[in-house]
Amino acid sequence: MNINSNNFQPNGPRPKHLTIGRIGMYGFIFMCALFFLMPLYVMIVTSLKDMDEIRSENLLYIPKALSFYAWPKAWSEACTGFVCEGLKPGLINSIKITIPSVIVSVSLGALNGYALAFWRFKGAYFFFGLCLFGAFIPYQVMVYPLLKIESAIGIYSSLPGIILVHTIFGMPILTLIFRNFYASLPIDLFKAARIDGGNFIKIFFYVIIPMSTPITIVAVILQVTGIWNDFLLGLVFAGRDNQPMTVQLNNIVQVDYGVAEYNVDMAATILTSLVPLFVYFISGRWFVRGIAAGAIKG
Amino acid sequence: MYYLTKNLASKISLLPMIIISLTVFVGCIIYSFIYSLTGSKLIPALNYVGFQQYERLFKSRKWDVAVENIFIYGFVFTIGCLVIGFLLAVLIDQKIRGESLFRTIFLYPYAMSFVVTGLVWKWVLNPTFGLEHSMHLWGFDWFKLDWLVNRELAIYAVCIAAVWQGAGFVMVLMLAGLRGIDEDIWKSLSIEGIPKWRSYLFVILPMIRPMVVTSIVLIAAGVVKVYDLILALTSGGPGYATTTPAMYVMENFFSRANLGQAFAASIIMFISVVCILAPWAYYEFYFRNKEAK
Repeated sequence: MNINSNNFQPNGPRPKHLTIGRIGMYGFIFMCALFFLMPLYVMIVTSLKDMDEIRSENLLYIPKALSFYAWPKAWSEACTGFVCEGLKPGLINSIKITIPSVIVSVSLGALNGYALAFWRFKGAYFFFGLCLFGAFIPYQVMVYPLLKIESAIGIYSSLPGIILVHTIFGMPILTLIFRNFYASLPIDLFKAARIDGGNFIKIFFYVIIPMSTPITIVAVILQVTGIWNDFLLGLVFAGRDNQPMTVQLNNIVQVDYGVAEYNVDMAATILTSLVPLFVYFISGRWFVRGIAAGAIKG
Repeated sequence: MYYLTKNLASKISLLPMIIISLTVFVGCIIYSFIYSLTGSKLIPALNYVGFQQYERLFKSRKWDVAVENIFIYGFVFTIGCLVIGFLLAVLIDQKIRGESLFRTIFLYPYAMSFVVTGLVWKWVLNPTFGLEHSMHLWGFDWFKLDWLVNRELAIYAVCIAAVWQGAGFVMVLMLAGLRGIDEDIWKSLSIEGIPKWRSYLFVILPMIRPMVVTSIVLIAAGVVKVYDLILALTSGGPGYATTTPAMYVMENFFSRANLGQAFAASIIMFISVVCILAPWAYYEFYFRNKEAK
């Protein structure tokens, strides 16, 4: 730690001696951390126990004997209603939904943001306002009419159908963050490109896109976690053959014929949250930036 | 003609946004409102019945419960997230060791889906094998944690799960606010000898008001939408004790074939969101602009 730079910081450098207050503070923050970690811990240990141990032993204890019975079952055998294929099809569906949805929605968001930031025309911001307003409308208001629209164009209950829905609902926030990012770029850059004869498309591809890496990372993180974690839209729009992982997880856990197998349920739950957790842990700072960008305007 | 062709590329590229804004965001609301005035059952039909659906809605016992739940949930969840989020942000701001580790721990639930959150807490709060069981095994026989099967308390179980998931997010927002406070403010506060907790509560908190307002608006806008979490955690039960407006709407759309009723309920949901947002939007876009001038 650089002492010099910290001397003038308001809170001073980290105190060398632990005072009672600081011990109390660490104690409190530690308790909070335990509360936040407990469900994750319980999920993991439960998935590694067998049912006898779950019934008789303490929820919070580590497994006496490791049992890996639950994991393959959750992956490929657990039943959702009459089909017993585990979560595997759900994972494949979620990938099939997430990748194209992210690509389409982020590209469109970037294009919208670019047009709004540099090529304003009369009325553009009126529609942008409408679009932003859409971010706050509860899905329940739009689900049924949207379903009608999609069946009218013949893509309801299909992969393109769910991709379109994710593109629609991702549009307000993505347009907003791209617009704000582009608006913060120096306008002279754009003017120079204009003088050099760049048109709408050329400037976008040769000047703007190469500069968009940071905001694109943020947008991709936002969309990957959002779409992967979506339940409602997948349930309504994806159709039986494309149900995402979250929907199948819920079916596996809730529709339990016979004896409930909590270890299988927990293994399935962990499997479903692996992708967003992975994104979160590897992206760290970027994830924070992503959600902060999604939350704070301008 | 000139107006149309000027800046044409930009207009074309914004066309999807314009179409979606008009057809989906505005169109769906108009569609829902029109059909909320009809007696549609299984399929949308234009048999006008006036505001009967709304009357039925407000007489419905289940809707009453749903509205009551959303108020309890909204209140507890918002306050819980704000208090815990702010507290965690202040703690993290104390130059503690392992700051990034703690931040990671507090925020990771936010990466999880509502379904996962609901299912995990359903297991932790399981009255037979969950935490209650653990406490009994430790000898605390009196310990009772039957919230999920208790009509009165089930909604608070939902709140706990939701706060667990969302508090870290508020923490991040608040921390961003705290880190933006000018050092001179802290210097003058310490010269004045004001205790830290008072500085935070009475000086710093008002200074990060924009962050607080943003947090409240974002949380509140999410409150009305709550659906997956409750579906996973309690399925609206026991009975319909934890049902919410969103669930009421979805049920009437997809399992009870009572479209008119669902449309009416969804319109009420929409109006309540507008009521939450309008003052904020007014402040953000109108009042602020005026202030700037």
